[in-house]
Amino acid sequence: MNGQARNFWAGVRAEFPLLIGVFPFGMIYGALALNAGLSRSAAQMMSSMVFAGSAQFITAQLVRESTPGLVIVLTIAVVNLRHMLYSASLAPYVASLPTRWKTLLSYLLTDEAYAATVIHYEREGATQSGHWFFLGAGFSLWFTWQISTALGIFLGTAIPESWSLDFALPLTFIAMVVPVLKNRPAIVAALSAGVVALVAHSLPYKLGLIVAALVGIAIGTFLEGRKSPGGTL
Amino acid sequence: MNIWLVMLLGGLITFGMRFSLIYLFGRFEVPETMRRALHYVPPAVLSAIIFPELFLRDGTMNLTLDNYRLIAGLIAVLVAWFSKNTLITIIAGMIALFLLQFFL
Repeated sequence: MNGQARNFWAGVRAEFPLLIGVFPFGMIYGALALNAGLSRSAAQMMSSMVFAGSAQFITAQLVRESTPGLVIVLTIAVVNLRHMLYSASLAPYVASLPTRWKTLLSYLLTDEAYAATVIHYEREGATQSGHWFFLGAGFSLWFTWQISTALGIFLGTAIPESWSLDFALPLTFIAMVVPVLKNRPAIVAALSAGVVALVAHSLPYKLGLIVAALVGIAIGTFLEGRKSPGGTL
Repeated sequence: MNIWLVMLLGGLITFGMRFSLIYLFGRFEVPETMRRALHYVPPAVLSAIIFPELFLRDGTMNLTLDNYRLIAGLIAVLVAWFSKNTLITIIAGMIALFLLQFFL
């Protein structure tokens, strides 16, 4: 096996434990997107057009609440801002690649692909065919996400209305938010955003969500800056 | 706005952010304040979605025991805290809501 194939499969293997974790979420996403009122084709296509788990769950939720499209797009932008950090972090390792490789790898740069790839690059540095590892990790996640979405959409049609499946969305968000409440600024950011969301609920165009998120982010950032520089992650 | 347009724009923005600093390597750095602010995006955005889902029923605040989603949600918070497991949290919350609706 040459270096490219070896690196590709090493990427797939490194990604494998994450694939197992991601699979049920793809299914849950597919079922919930359908339940939220998206068509089967839209629910499936979102997994390749947006290709970002938490943003897709949030979009499904906002579609269910009939949120205006522009507010949904803005929310996706805020939620996915973290990808700029991944982009910055991997940039030195892919700097010498041609633009088409940079484009393809950027499209595949999810949380999970980043996690496996950054560990590889930090250990090995930018080798001759290191980008094939990135491709293996990124593509295997992409493939798993498409298949699991399809399976979720398929099963979603069979789940009866009386199961209150829509409640699984806020539950998913609870499961995501609780583990990040590791310090006081994060807890205050969460509580203040939540309270502002309640107070600002009647704002037009569902803008309360954006206002609440920005207030929470500002308060968290301010509290951390006052305490000590750095020190969270 | 049509859902397809939302997905197209959302997808382009997401791709743009993933591509941004790989493309601009050496010409632009993420400012420190923004780096710090990014830690607070998940707690802020997610809470801003969760709170109205749990506390508001038909657009008004409901803090009574009739608000099953609030009770089930609080149970899910506890389960999430102790289990640190997403699937267990979702299942516990769904079972809690189901039992509340069924028996009360």
